[in-house]
Amino acid sequence: MTMNTVGRPTRPDAAAEAAAAPASLTGGRGLLQDEPLIFERGGWGKTGVDLPAPAHDAADLAGFVRDEVALPGLSEPETLRHYVRLSQKNHAIDLALYPLGSCTMKHNPRLNEKAARMAGFADLHPLQPAATVQGALELMDRLAHWLKTLTGMPAVALSPKAGAHGELCGLLCIKAAHEAAGQGQRRTVLVPTSAHGTNPATAAFVGYSVAEIAQTDDGRVDLADLAAKLGPDVAAIMVTNPNTCGLFERDIMEIARLAHEAGAYFYCDGANFNAIVGRVKPGDLGVDAMHINLHKTFSTPHGGGGPGAGPVVLSEALAPFAPAPWVVAGADGFQLAEQPAGEAAQAFGRMCAFHGQMGMFVRAYAYMLSHGADGLRQVAEDAVLNANYIKARLSGALTPAFPDGPCMHEALFDDAWLEGTGVTTLDFAKAMIDEGFHPMTMYFPLVVHGAMLIEPTETESLRELDRFCDALLALAQAAKAGDAERFKAAPVLAPMRRLDETLAARKPKLAWRPEAETG
Amino acid sequence: MRFTKDHEWVELDGDVATIGITAHAAEQLGDVVFVETPEVGKQVKAGDAFAVVESVKAASDVYAPISGEVVEANPELDSAPETVNASPEAGGWFAKVKVSDPAQFEALMDRDAYEAFLQTQ
Amino acid sequence: MRYLPLTPDDRARMLGVIGAPDVDALFVDVPAAARGAAFDLPPHAGEMEVERALAALAAKNRAAGAGPFFCGAGAYRHHVPASVDHIIQRSEFLTSYTPYQPEIAQGTLQVLFEFQTQVAALTGLEVANASMYDGSTACAEAVMMAQRVTRREKAILCGGLHPHYAQVTQTIAHAEGMEIVRQPAAIDPGDTVIAAIDDQTACVVVQTPNVFGVVTDVSKIAEAAHAKGALLVVVTTEAVSCGLLKSPGEMGADIAVAEGQSIGNALNFGGPYVGLFAAREKLVRQMPGRLCGETVDAEGRRGYVLTLSTREQHIRREKATSNICTNSGLCALAFSIHLSLLGGAGLRRLALINHSRARELADAVKGAGLEVLTPRFFNEIAVRTPGPAAALVDALLADGIVAGVPFSRLDPAAGLDDVLLLAATETTTSEDIAALAAALARRSGR
Repeated sequence: MTMNTVGRPTRPDAAAEAAAAPASLTGGRGLLQDEPLIFERGGWGKTGVDLPAPAHDAADLAGFVRDEVALPGLSEPETLRHYVRLSQKNHAIDLALYPLGSCTMKHNPRLNEKAARMAGFADLHPLQPAATVQGALELMDRLAHWLKTLTGMPAVALSPKAGAHGELCGLLCIKAAHEAAGQGQRRTVLVPTSAHGTNPATAAFVGYSVAEIAQTDDGRVDLADLAAKLGPDVAAIMVTNPNTCGLFERDIMEIARLAHEAGAYFYCDGANFNAIVGRVKPGDLGVDAMHINLHKTFSTPHGGGGPGAGPVVLSEALAPFAPAPWVVAGADGFQLAEQPAGEAAQAFGRMCAFHGQMGMFVRAYAYMLSHGADGLRQVAEDAVLNANYIKARLSGALTPAFPDGPCMHEALFDDAWLEGTGVTTLDFAKAMIDEGFHPMTMYFPLVVHGAMLIEPTETESLRELDRFCDALLALAQAAKAGDAERFKAAPVLAPMRRLDETLAARKPKLAWRPEAETG
Repeated sequence: MRFTKDHEWVELDGDVATIGITAHAAEQLGDVVFVETPEVGKQVKAGDAFAVVESVKAASDVYAPISGEVVEANPELDSAPETVNASPEAGGWFAKVKVSDPAQFEALMDRDAYEAFLQTQ
Repeated sequence: MRYLPLTPDDRARMLGVIGAPDVDALFVDVPAAARGAAFDLPPHAGEMEVERALAALAAKNRAAGAGPFFCGAGAYRHHVPASVDHIIQRSEFLTSYTPYQPEIAQGTLQVLFEFQTQVAALTGLEVANASMYDGSTACAEAVMMAQRVTRREKAILCGGLHPHYAQVTQTIAHAEGMEIVRQPAAIDPGDTVIAAIDDQTACVVVQTPNVFGVVTDVSKIAEAAHAKGALLVVVTTEAVSCGLLKSPGEMGADIAVAEGQSIGNALNFGGPYVGLFAAREKLVRQMPGRLCGETVDAEGRRGYVLTLSTREQHIRREKATSNICTNSGLCALAFSIHLSLLGGAGLRRLALINHSRARELADAVKGAGLEVLTPRFFNEIAVRTPGPAAALVDALLADGIVAGVPFSRLDPAAGLDDVLLLAATETTTSEDIAALAAALARRSGR
């Protein structure tokens, strides 16, 4: 069997249970209310929306009608209470640093929210006549212009709905281009071992087989291994740059050259574009396709897991294969080419029902206008400066995975420094919660043992960075001083203690059911 | 009982082999939460992925150590995957295979060899 | 720059701690040939200037609410209670990440658990995931899930399926190696798909109400599919219809997918939306996307975690059930809040109002001399136009009316150029309908 032992313990251990926090008499913890599910607070047959009586009944649908859906309703005040109580159990960027590596949790400007809610954007139907949506199409065209200029690429497909969807779009362009050139036998995608899981998942999704490229000791693509694996069967390489170790691929242009020489395309995962935006154009590096997570670099909110947006910039060779719809500028204004015909005749198909994440386009465009070329350059510089500052401050106590040379926008540590303390990366991360911080990305990339990947972003002040570093240094000292108990029990001050993921997976309970049914 | 470098074990009774994962593997995986056993009647080749074992943190392919036809899958693992942790080398067996080439069994490691192999890991 | 907290002094101090002479020293790994890129883009701008620029673009659009408006075909204009948008803008929901650290994400996780329960109830199936990008990508994922479950390669798409959903499914599922058989567009195909189901069929995909608005009982199709060992996937693009019409589960669906935009989410020119995905419990391990499950914490208190994540890309990598990572969390939250306000009773009434408005619309269109092609409808009808529907829509625009979606825009090759799709919702007024009827009568020469 394959053995992947890198990971996380999945059950709170016995030591943790000893340190139970003092309990209230009724279940809550001060202002943190113990909030039942909406299904457990009555409300059956109730509604919090006042609606007029319908003029007609549904007699014409006799035989096609169901019983009323069994869901409770809440009045508006009850609704506010329910969701506000729940909200208080969440960490958020607006509360404190959210140092998830490769996730780019930066401040979400509120002007962007306001703009996206303008009726001229939010209250537009995707299939209105083009004449009634000229401003929306112009915004898409402007956004495309900024994305193309910032990346130095000639084309962009806007419709992909998230990063992984963008990867799929990029690989489908590559597949279409190979097939059009009679190169359909190219069925392999090369992916570095440090890649994000969506890369191999996406390649497999489009029917490609995946081969891994080895990594050098200094955390970069092994050129010799790459060259050895490139051949007439390789459709593309998928390389993240800056990579998931937080390092710029020094040999990126050579990587691109080797790939092109072998007839393969270079797909770049743009998840870490924040490190170079406004400073380096991926087009100058030889990239053929790259998705851009608007919810990372361009600040659209993560919203507890989405929505995102993943436009894909494309080289001249791949541009004709971009999926429908295309925004086309003409003498009579903007039009949408929605079918694979005319100028979009070679489009490989369609990624989603409509034109992509317009709500995110408005936010991202507002962000671009706010920053301008100078502000975006400053974004990259401050993001990199902040990460190197954290690396410098923590390096005495934690062990950086790649100590030599600067990192880019994220600092990667391994768990060598925890050896002998009885504390794991996971324990350390959980203890950060008690200090008021969200844990960093853990156990990723897989190539570094017990990885801790810290990405502060540019929207942290020096004061917040110091607060964060001070907390981690204090924790590191506690770990080295033998206070393992603190870590094993952590978190004790969060809304919840460690949760039993084994129980959840062994006996999945994925929806609430009335008592009688569950027995 | 014989073993593979991929941490499967095989026990041969006549021409029927019982297959599972080793105690070492079960411990490394942590809490097993799900096992996808092979369909009865399926032909497997030695080295093919023929089952999947999932812990919360990982999903791992289990390779057939020996070729043949699957004649039985352990029904207990559907409702009680934790049996793999509790009794990896007995009650936690995955499947029984009617062996097509018994010589493959002889080529596998015995327990001493497997223990020695673990020392090198 | 108002979003960047570091001052020049801070930067100098930090460079000192790092031991770098300047910020360029941190970019030393960038190849020399790629340094010094220039960008022909404007400089930064204040909040007022940016707002002005965006408002100017917004003003060039005709908002749906600015006058009579009848577009549907996969996106529907509904009223969203003010409290929904207020709650989703709370920092703790808006600016949080995927709930990978359950101890400090119980808010999001409990919402997802409630959302999954609501979606299961709406679709009449046992389990639902924590959302997909939209209805169309959920449809493609359902087809690929059917392939994993049945280990068969063929999917049959009924003629009433939204053409864009069919295209997305063809694009994505075909890339994965499946054979996608798309039946010709037909307004009321009924059970005709049954003849095409064979023992190579992984699934049949049927939409109800279909893209022409036709309400279909798919029970017989379900029976026929099951008899051949195939699954039935039921698609719904108008989630409000779930409050009135027989649920997919009740009619024998194995997988139900829907566009959830109608509940809690604005039109947004096509996105972000929220894909609903539900299935029979026994199929849960082949489902794509995130799932939230109940468990307990170290003190035995009930809590929620993301679970069965070994199906997903970050663990299973190239063997994952799907490559989806980011989903539609905040749109799912909006959906769930709106549905919590409505409850089953409110949803029923909302659905009845939609249906009632559509009956008024159908009567008015008939009164204007046009033929209604949809025999049974929920809130959307297909109408035969005297000439090309697209020309009529353009003409009515001059009257200030956005008169629906010409079917030819969705599928120009179908030969249905004289079919117009019209939808009515609770936001449609009697005056809107009267204005449309009058304009139709005038334009069609009566």
